[in-house]
Amino acid sequence: MSKLTRKAVLKLARLSRLKLSDEEVDRFAVELTHILKYVETLNSVNVEGLEPTYQVTGLKNVTREDEIKKYQAQPSDLLADAPAIKDGQYKVKRVIG
Amino acid sequence: MGQWPALSEIAFKVQSGQLKAVDLVDKSLQAIADKQDYQAIISIIPDRARQRASQVDEKVKKAVQVGPLAGIPFIAKDNFLTFGGETTAASNILRGFKAPYQATAIEKLEEAGAICVAKANLDAFAHGSSTENSDWFVTKNPHDKTRVPGGSSGGSAAAVILGLAPFALGTDTGGSIRLPASFCGAVGLKPTYGLVSRSGVVAMASSTDVIGPLTKTVEDAALVLEVMSGQDQLDSTMIERDNNSYTDLDTKIKGKKIGVVKEYMSDGLEPGVRIQIESAIEKLKNAGAQVTEVSMPSLPLALAAYYIVSPAEVSSNLARYDGQRYGHSSKKAVDLDQSYELSREEGFGLEAKRRIMIGTHVLSSGYYDAYYKKAQTVRTMIINEFNQAFASYDFLVGPTAPMVAFKIGERTDDPLKMYLTDIITVAANMAGNPAISVPAGKSQGLPVGLQLIASQRADRALLGIAKGFEELA
Repeated sequence: MSKLTRKAVLKLARLSRLKLSDEEVDRFAVELTHILKYVETLNSVNVEGLEPTYQVTGLKNVTREDEIKKYQAQPSDLLADAPAIKDGQYKVKRVIG
Repeated sequence: MGQWPALSEIAFKVQSGQLKAVDLVDKSLQAIADKQDYQAIISIIPDRARQRASQVDEKVKKAVQVGPLAGIPFIAKDNFLTFGGETTAASNILRGFKAPYQATAIEKLEEAGAICVAKANLDAFAHGSSTENSDWFVTKNPHDKTRVPGGSSGGSAAAVILGLAPFALGTDTGGSIRLPASFCGAVGLKPTYGLVSRSGVVAMASSTDVIGPLTKTVEDAALVLEVMSGQDQLDSTMIERDNNSYTDLDTKIKGKKIGVVKEYMSDGLEPGVRIQIESAIEKLKNAGAQVTEVSMPSLPLALAAYYIVSPAEVSSNLARYDGQRYGHSSKKAVDLDQSYELSREEGFGLEAKRRIMIGTHVLSSGYYDAYYKKAQTVRTMIINEFNQAFASYDFLVGPTAPMVAFKIGERTDDPLKMYLTDIITVAANMAGNPAISVPAGKSQGLPVGLQLIASQRADRALLGIAKGFEELA
């Protein structure tokens, strides 16, 4: 069923925030179609009466006290990996073109 | 290949002053330098390792108890956040990244006296079965340099067999500890989901990711699990650990009920692998195990379900790499949107892009029910089948992989062909059960791995039977 067109790949790339090259678009159209075709073998599986499982060990609503805890890393440690900072904050490119 | 005594013996000798931690660290760093041509290691952390080793030796001098892993060097897969160097997950997008905190598993090992000396190669972001998806280089199999070590923890498995350190850490999302263990001839343990904290490990698919050891022996794996397991407030998906030590093992085989999974012994097995696995099963029988065949018809569906669920989680987990707070940031972008698109395009390799887009597709409005929800429901079928099997059996057994280590380049043309390498390992991830790969002979001169699977939380029993098997071999 799922033959991915160039257009569909470009849409997925946009949703994924990936600026693909033309060559990648062609390549992924073929490869992703192939992979989707494989996973679609599940279409014929009868799962009537069964519920999906999202958590395998049966945990539910694991909570803790809402209190401030000391943590290994300081804000300055986290900012040290940033590509650009200004006045102790992350600096990003302009949002409106 | 490189020789190290058992972990417990090294720790005892360090604590009693017969061995010095600084010498062990130097021995490990020397072995890494000597075996560079295998490309198992991405980076070394010599300064911090030597410093920590000196601290261990100082404590010993003052007769302070260091811990059960006193002075033992180890190698972490490069998706564990560690101090003293870079953490890259073998991806260009994390080139130059310095971890601001350490993974809980690393912290626990350090508290027990172990010393991280180096970071091992992997498929970038742990996406792969051969290390060929690493953005750095391909690791070579210790038994044959023209072959892959398996993946994604290929660097860790190769490192242990090459003797670069006494043990290594890996992560297993669909088979990434057990497969390279099988291909390299190591012991590889995938614990029950939630037994070891995932905090500080680069996330791949959060509902199946687990952390485990790669070692030469089951006893060593048990000791590393004993140190790493247990509660951590930074991971809310953790389960209670066993009340007894994971090193307290029942190795008795007699009377144990073992099911040979029929679907894992299919025609897809390489003949040489089949011979070794059948011979391993025969040994278990001769040792008194009650061995019968069990059919689990849902298990072959696990891989297709995994390749929906896992990319879905990957697409979500890799959304954080946006070029703004850390990691690669494109120099070409003029506005924020371009910065996202170009940073991600330049920083991610082909396999990460594939998985992000597949995941985005299966989670899209209009496709969610047909793919994602269906796959998670098939997951329920798989879990039910495991539960049913473990009502009658103590353990399930079969090969870890249908093949021995393949040639470098043999499977890279077709991503799906690479995915199929995990056909046997992946069901335990989808169900959360513990599983282990132990060496079981050779085929064409290359190691074959026997996989044993137990019910959830039966990690100690699993280690016991694995050690029992090891003693037969």
